[in-house]
Amino acid sequence: MINNPNLAAWTCPIPLKNYPTIVLGHGSGGKMMDDLIKHLFSPAFDNEFLAQLHDSTAIDLTDTFQSVPPNRLAFTTDSFVVSPLFFPGGNIGELAIFGTINDLAMSGAKPLYLSAGFILEEGLPMKTLGLVVNSMAAACRRGGVLIAAGDTKVVNRGHGDGLYINTTGLGIIPESVNISAKNARPGDAILINGNVGDHGMAIMSVRSGLEFETTIKSDTAPLNNLVDSILEVTTEIHCLRDATRGGLAAVLNEIATASKAGIEFDEKAVPIMPEVKAACEVLGLDPFYIANEGKMIVVVPKAKADEVLMAMRKHPLGLNSTIIGSVVEEHPGMVTARTSIGGKRIVDLPAGELLPRIC
Amino acid sequence: MKYIEEYRDADLTNKLINELTSILTRDWTLMEVCGGQTHSIMKSGLDQLLPKKINLVHGPGCPVCVTPLELIDKAIALASRPDVIFTSYGDMLRVPGSTSDLLSVKAAGGDVRILYSPLDSLKIAQENPEKTVVFFGIGFETTAPPNAMTVVQAKAQGIRNYAMLVSHVVVPAAIVALMESPDVKVDGFLAAGHVCTVMGYWEYEQLSHHYEIPIVITGFEPVDVVHGILKCIRQLENNEHKVENAYARSVVREGNPLGQAIINQVFELCDRTWRGIGLIPQSGYRLRQEFSHYDAELRFPEIQSIETKESELCISGLVLQGRKKPHECPAFGNQCTPQTPLGATMVSSEGACAAYYRYGRYAKS
Repeated sequence: MINNPNLAAWTCPIPLKNYPTIVLGHGSGGKMMDDLIKHLFSPAFDNEFLAQLHDSTAIDLTDTFQSVPPNRLAFTTDSFVVSPLFFPGGNIGELAIFGTINDLAMSGAKPLYLSAGFILEEGLPMKTLGLVVNSMAAACRRGGVLIAAGDTKVVNRGHGDGLYINTTGLGIIPESVNISAKNARPGDAILINGNVGDHGMAIMSVRSGLEFETTIKSDTAPLNNLVDSILEVTTEIHCLRDATRGGLAAVLNEIATASKAGIEFDEKAVPIMPEVKAACEVLGLDPFYIANEGKMIVVVPKAKADEVLMAMRKHPLGLNSTIIGSVVEEHPGMVTARTSIGGKRIVDLPAGELLPRIC
Repeated sequence: MKYIEEYRDADLTNKLINELTSILTRDWTLMEVCGGQTHSIMKSGLDQLLPKKINLVHGPGCPVCVTPLELIDKAIALASRPDVIFTSYGDMLRVPGSTSDLLSVKAAGGDVRILYSPLDSLKIAQENPEKTVVFFGIGFETTAPPNAMTVVQAKAQGIRNYAMLVSHVVVPAAIVALMESPDVKVDGFLAAGHVCTVMGYWEYEQLSHHYEIPIVITGFEPVDVVHGILKCIRQLENNEHKVENAYARSVVREGNPLGQAIINQVFELCDRTWRGIGLIPQSGYRLRQEFSHYDAELRFPEIQSIETKESELCISGLVLQGRKKPHECPAFGNQCTPQTPLGATMVSSEGACAAYYRYGRYAKS
């Protein structure tokens, strides 16, 4: 979570103060929208690109290409519709920035520029938007990216869930890096940078109808710096995937399918906080399917595994990193787990939305 | 996690399996009654570790699976009404009805809400006085007390816009039906630990005596299941038949008197159809006369007659009676998957087909 003391004290600057909530006019392209841009978005995301205030932003990449040789662009987009907007350990704004940074970082790219598209529901408190936007600005500083383009639309009350954000990201992939979900090879080691399930269970703990008291916090974090630390050790990284929706199980299945290889991991090796484990037990959920926002799977040749693990453990976002399994010749496209009692089972893709069991 | 991880311990499991192997002299077929046990067995890979002489067949103890198609269709009809907010445990939403399921009704605009506590239905009813909140009250004796509590509370608080679509079933009647069926060949039962936590196990003593069959109250973690199997096999090898409790950390003979009292206050026994099995006499609960105001089937009489249609391929009835294993179904894993279920056993978190599909395809292929 971003500890910006100004966040809680954020108050609407004049003339937004006249509007304690978002109204349709804030998306109409007129004076009110201009106020919103001038007094909220521009100061928060302050940079030369956004200051162009043009239909599209012109970005001069000469300097960037001097530090990273021009090779390939990484380009991604993601929409954020999380409910509630604020949850233990973060909010929708941070997620929107870190999520897109992480998607870029999973190609080994250096994330550079993001766009931010806001869909606001009429009646959204201006204060809520202010908190989210300022949190996004702080997240950009932490992740080392700039918001270079933006858009705002307002929809009628009842046509949205307060606030949706879309972010699109651009990054540059260094020449020597070739990371893809297709690259896992039998014998490769599979690593993870820490505990799984924190984000999903933090969200569940505050979801309407289920509120339970817990100390679980979302793990939302930008992983690009951790990826840099790994790439300093070796560029021979076969796969990187952040284990977001569908959790660890979905990501491992994606890698197994794309690489046409089998994956086997040890259930006991996967780090899970006792609180998360207990909450999953109570709700009848499997922590391997729960979403994360700051966890990634790293697939590297076995010979490099220890070195990469050491580098990950030295990074603040990888203190609890560990090797959880390996890529195998058998059962291509399928993920299996060694169970706590020494049996073996399939770990499949989740069928759909996770539904808590009856008893 | 205390009181759970100890029961997932590899050393203890192996010790019990070794002991089991040392006393086995022949093949035995045991039925674990509860689908929660089936899932635990498959999820932990216990099926691969047990001696080959033990044949585990899977019982009818999955409330979602045995809820009759007619009631699923009624639920879908109710949930589609604009004047109804339909509430349910999450498990029920993907269960296929004749033509649709509750998730599809939700997508089409029906107000369908997943509950974690049935009592939340009353909160929703109070917040939406212009609508009727209908809760899908399903389950075995385990969920009967909390579901009964909603009706008691609704009456006490004067909440009139609440109703329950009741599909409750009870275990002992199902055991009788299985034992009376000439096609079911079971040497011993592992009874469901959570049902017995509420009901105790005195009801089973007469069954065990009458049918001369061991019944062992069994928990849900791998060590619990092996412990239950060991006790059951020891009886069989010694030519004994009695009720034994292998889940003593949760179950006492008399059960939970408060839980039983509220069940008896609200429900009475009735004949009930089990999906895939058929009508079993005195195998379900319905609301007593004094709570009839809360009976959704009486409140919405127009949903009474609904024509239902089961899939012709699905053999879930045979699976629920332990007569077939899920992977023996020709549709298993091709026409029938959790994404395209033909029967409820492929959907529920306690369904045997879902357990085989999710955890066991590797071992079976």
